[in-house]
This record gives sequence, C-alpha cells and structure tokens, in this order.
Amino acid sequence: MSRRLKTAAGLGLTAIMLFPVYWMINVSFTRDTDMRASPPHVFPFDPTLEGYRAVLDQQLPYLGTSLLVGLGTVLLTVVLSAPAGYSLAKLRPRGGGALSFVLLIAQMIPGIIMAMGFYAIYLKAGVLNSTAGLILADSTIAVPFGVLIFTAFMSGIPDELTAAATVDGAGPLRTFWSVVLPVSRNAVVTVSLFAFLWAWSDFVFATTLDGGGDHQPITLGIYRYIGNNNQQWNAIMATAVIASIPATLLLILAQRYVAAGVTAGAVKD
Amino acid sequence: MAHDTTIRTGAAATVPVRAGTAPARRARRTRQVAAWAFLAPVVAYLLAFYAYPLYRNLDLSLRHYTVRSFVQGDAPFSGADNYRTVFGDPSFGPALLHTVVFTGVSLVFQFALGLALAVFFAQSFRLSATLRALFLVPWLLPLIVSASTWSWMLNSDSGIVNAALGVVGVDPVNWLTSPQWSLVSVIIANIWIGVPFNLVVLYSGLQAIPGEIYEAAALDGSTGWSTFWRVTFPLLRPVSAITLLLGLVYTLKVFDIIWIMTRGGPTDSSTTLATWSYRLSFGSLLPEFGPGAAVGNLLIVMALVCGLVYIRIQHRQAT
Repeated sequence: MSRRLKTAAGLGLTAIMLFPVYWMINVSFTRDTDMRASPPHVFPFDPTLEGYRAVLDQQLPYLGTSLLVGLGTVLLTVVLSAPAGYSLAKLRPRGGGALSFVLLIAQMIPGIIMAMGFYAIYLKAGVLNSTAGLILADSTIAVPFGVLIFTAFMSGIPDELTAAATVDGAGPLRTFWSVVLPVSRNAVVTVSLFAFLWAWSDFVFATTLDGGGDHQPITLGIYRYIGNNNQQWNAIMATAVIASIPATLLLILAQRYVAAGVTAGAVKD
Repeated sequence: MAHDTTIRTGAAATVPVRAGTAPARRARRTRQVAAWAFLAPVVAYLLAFYAYPLYRNLDLSLRHYTVRSFVQGDAPFSGADNYRTVFGDPSFGPALLHTVVFTGVSLVFQFALGLALAVFFAQSFRLSATLRALFLVPWLLPLIVSASTWSWMLNSDSGIVNAALGVVGVDPVNWLTSPQWSLVSVIIANIWIGVPFNLVVLYSGLQAIPGEIYEAAALDGSTGWSTFWRVTFPLLRPVSAITLLLGLVYTLKVFDIIWIMTRGGPTDSSTTLATWSYRLSFGSLLPEFGPGAAVGNLLIVMALVCGLVYIRIQHRQAT
C-alpha cells in the first residue's frame, strides 16, 4: 500500500470510529419536526439552535456544579497523592511496597460498590446530596491512580538533585516543595487532567449520592432529560455536546499527557 | 527543632555510615518518620474512604435491612442469608451469564480491533499521529454522552442504524426494546468505548519492539501476515496479557452504559451483576440493601481474582 493510500484508509477508519460523535452533533442541530423523519437527516440542512437554547435555559446550573466538583476533585487528588508519591519514590518507607499493592487493588474495586458503601455512610452522617460529599466520593476514582503516577514520575528524578538539596540544608519538606514538585509539572498536569475528566464524567456516584440534591452535576442533567422528555433529542444531544467539551479540550491541548496517562495503567469506570 | 533533625537525616542519608551505630540508627528512624509523615494523609484517606465504605458494604450484606432499620442502623445480623437469597434468586443465573458474555465478547472485539488498528497506525504515513489521537475521543467522552448517543442511534423507529439497515434491505431491529437484542446493543456500545484503550496500549507495545527484529525477519524472507504471526504477535504477548486483564477488570464493573441504555431490561435481558446490584439497592421504592450489597461483594471477589492474576503476571514480567 502506498503511503497516500494508507492516509486515505486512516481517514476512513477514523471517520467510521467518530461517526457517533458526528451523529450527536448532527442531532443537536436538528429541528424537532425533522427528528422523526424517515430516513433521518444525515446533515442538518435546516439547522436550529433550539437545543442549545434549551441548554442555556435549563442546564447551566448543572454545568456549574460539575465544574466545581471537577476542580474540587483535582485539588483533593493532587494534595493527597503528590506527597505520597514523593515518599514512595524517594524516601523508601518500610511497607511502601505493600501500600502500592493496596493502591493497585483499590483501583479495581467497582465504583458501584463503593457508591453503596458511601450511601450508607452519607445517609447516617446526613451529607447525602452535598457537593462536598460528591467531591470526596469522586476523588476515590482518582487518588490511587494519582499516587501511582506520581510515584512512577518521581522515581525518574535523579537522586543527585534531591541529594544536592539535602546538602544545601533542605529537609524533606523543603526538598519536596522547592525541588521535586516543580520538576514534576508533567505528572501534576496528567493527574489533574484525569481527575477532572473522571469527576466531570461520573454518573455512578452522582446518581446514588446526589440524586436528590439542589446542586446536581451535568451527568444527572442529561439523565433527567432522557427520562423526562423522550421527544426533545436535540436538547439532549446539545447538552451531550457541551458535556463533551472538557474531553475535547483536553485532547487538543494536552494530547501527549493523555496518551501517557492511558498507558500508565489506565483506569476508567 | 524539627528542621534541625531533618537536616541531620538528609546528611546521614548521603554520607555512607556504618550500619548499627547509634546516630545512624537514629537517622534512619527519623527518615522513616518523615517518609510516613508524607504518606499519612493518603493512608488516612484510604482507611476512611476506601476501607470504611467497603466494610459498611460487607456489613450491609450480612444483615437483614429494611428501609427503617437502614436509617436507624439496628438491623439484625443474618449471616449468609442475603447470599443465599441472591444465589436462589431466578435473576442470578441470567445476570451471571450476561456478565460473562458481556465481558468476554467485549474483550475479544476490543482487543482484536485495537490490535489491528495499532498495527495499522504503527506504519508511518501522513496524519498517522493525529488520527490516532482522534481515536481516543470515544474513550474520553463521559459515558452518559456515549450511552445516550448510542441510544438514539439504535432507536427502533428513528435511529440511523435501522435506517442504514433498511437501505441494504434488512428489516428494522428493536435494538433496545427486544430481549434478544438488548445485550448485543450494550455490547456494541461498550466495544466502541473500549477500542481506543486497547489501541493506545498495544500501540505503545508495538513501539517497544526493536526495528532490527523486523529487518532480520525481512532478510529471512518473511512478509506481511507471517511476520505478524511469527514475530509481532509473540513479542507482543506480555503487553497483550496486561491489556486483556486490565480490560477484564474494567469491563466486569461496567454499569453506566447498560443502565443508561436499557436499565438492564427488557425483563432482565441485559442485566449484569453490576446493574442487578444497583437495581436491588436503588432501583425500586422498596430497596433491598442486603442482597444488593451481597451481589456487589460477589462482583468485588471476581474483580479481585482477575486483578491478582494481573498483578502476578505484571510482576513476573518486571523481574
């Protein structure tokens, strides 16, 4: 096969793979009256923005909550996992191996089971339907991954660098804060991106722990849409398009971090 | 004060000291204290937000709960009763079977497609890197987005899939609303979501195979298919094992896609252990928390067995 032919084949395969994404965008611009057309319109020749107008009218609070939950999860995840990664990579604690093992196992526990445990605890503690509770629960998806990524990355920092800091009189805290953390920027970015994306996409914790809350995330916004009005698919798909923006931005702005994160022991619920 | 001791710890760490002397021992001890001080937040976190919910879940599965006692927390201990209920439930057999079929079929297709695409993209051509990145999109989208898009595409009356089938003369299929097809539908959507992961991991595995091996194979007259089966595939076996086992662990716990697309229905035809567990605990006005937790714990055991196999294989490869 010539190289040009391969590029053509590659384009074709990508087009097939991304067809559902195209369809989502297509439907989001389709008029209600054309929605049940047979055969379906493969291109919105007579596009409408009513779907997006519905999003602006009804879904903005959900988007705001998701943003807040995502950022909160990022913060919590990085604050918890970066120091742990530093310790496991550079300070060689006794029992560190066992802890890494526990973290690997923790990643494999189905989210739905964690959700049940959280539900029982939150119900008793009276923190069901709270944003903070949702942030805490969402962070359980990302923290084990975060520690493993930070450990792997910080193990690659030359010992000479930390030793030099020690000779200059820096303790572990200083070394961590002023030497290790600044050179670990890539790891911070990778962990933050994935933590945000997982929290943003989470449905399991949202539906169990925040199903009756005043501030619900966008995944529940879409879910309620599907449940309530089976007819307004342009509004549903418009919300889906908006909910996909973080993933798209991430891919455009931070492609290499994404690939690194996937191969570094990818996890997804 | 604290600062003082840390300085000494650091110095002791860089200067080789004979083990056993009192200062060295003290230095090592302060170093351990520092190491665990950095770990303390995560350890506390794991205990509070992993171990405790799991313990609560185990506790739920061993007691007889009603809505009232769930709130008050005074449910009587009932031993393995919930597990017996679950095993005796007519839903158990189908749910287990669907879980196995869903996981197995998803894995086979995800892996085969991912591998084929990885081999394809490993060749150098223009736009290769960009297109490979675009392939990640399905994996990055929120599951609710993918699931609702597929729901509409598979809609019996107005979906594009049935319209396309109509063009080639196939009668419309009730993808989501007929018991024969609902499991197939959620499997199709799940394969679509999982291909990118397999592609990326297998692609990085392919990159790790040194080019000289291919050159040597070419010198021996090996081409195309035979190179793939005799060279690429055997060398890719370690990465393949890891990919499949990770896929297994993550497919076992798939819940969102099935619940959003079919809610496990119609009449349990796409119910897996994960959706069954959720339905028992949250799906109706009369929640059965005990059996729900019991199903969940069975799922954990299955995931952990696969997980331990994965860790063992990975460990053996690393050494």
